[in-house]
Amino acid sequence: MRRRQLILGLGGASAALAFTLGLGWWQSRNRVPSSAALLPLPIGKMDFALTNHRGERVRPTDWIGRPTMAFFGFTWCPDVCPTTLSDISGWLEELGPDADRLNPVFITVDPERDTQQVLADYLANFDPRITGLTGPLAEVERAVAGFRARFEKVPRDGDYTMDHTAGVFLFRADGRFASIIDYHEDRRFALPKIRRALT
Amino acid sequence: MKSLILSALLTLSATPVLACETFTLGDLTIDHAWSRATIGADRPGVFYVKITNTGSADDALIGIATPAAGMPMLHETVVTEGVASMPHAMSIPVPAGESVALAPGGYHGMLMGLTTALKEGDSFPVTLTFQNAGEVVVNVEVLSLRAEGPDCDDGN
Repeated sequence: MRRRQLILGLGGASAALAFTLGLGWWQSRNRVPSSAALLPLPIGKMDFALTNHRGERVRPTDWIGRPTMAFFGFTWCPDVCPTTLSDISGWLEELGPDADRLNPVFITVDPERDTQQVLADYLANFDPRITGLTGPLAEVERAVAGFRARFEKVPRDGDYTMDHTAGVFLFRADGRFASIIDYHEDRRFALPKIRRALT
Repeated sequence: MKSLILSALLTLSATPVLACETFTLGDLTIDHAWSRATIGADRPGVFYVKITNTGSADDALIGIATPAAGMPMLHETVVTEGVASMPHAMSIPVPAGESVALAPGGYHGMLMGLTTALKEGDSFPVTLTFQNAGEVVVNVEVLSLRAEGPDCDDGN
């Protein structure tokens, strides 16, 4: 019995070690550890400078005055990102004129590939009210930290992919955090959450 | 040359509502085979499909192949503590009497090394390999980058 536990323990430890060795060295250096329990900062307390897909400089304080809906992703992403941007486009259409008061933003976690032009070409496929943001990796990391979000560059078959927080963040017009639409949450809850952030 | 053949193939086989076409292989029924348009050929494409096992024995999807991509593979989107990742799926179970969907946010085929950009309205073949039932070729319809699935009469 004791021997079996020991073997299981060793197996678990070596699996954990292999996992850590395999993934750990690629992890983004400034990743915020165990951020799951922390709430995003109010937008007014965030600090980053990014560029939107139209080439304009964007600071978080520019967002005060409009409710913000923000999503992290990358344009090389085949599944989660087009699905979420398609969902967001659908919500904006369903909201009707109210959606014009919203500030929907897509922040890339892969600025290496997602340049301003790449974002512009990509976002042309979705609702034109969505603004794409990119910039130096350090500024993306500051934005991610303010949202208490996470991302990680993962090597994959000679290339790389990005793991990233997949929820849609909602903030009220004064910048206070409102709620998150989780990726696997029933989509029927999304519109009421957005409407609440709009009030 | 390869991309020329492929683009000829894509053009010739393009028909609307192709994604609603049903394919059968033994006890397996396969439909809703679709993909999303890509910007250029550098980004990976995606492949979605629904498989229904009407038989009494379990099966599993163990691989995909297509002339449209040099490195097609099976993935699963997993969200852990709010963070999405895409681990490889070595095999996707298709239990007896059940349906499994490769659909947005879950299992999907990831088409790395596209031979040409996928354009809305095009189609391309994908060979599905099952552990027990063997192989079947399905036609995959390319929908828009914004698409969430094909509009078929069956309401799925």
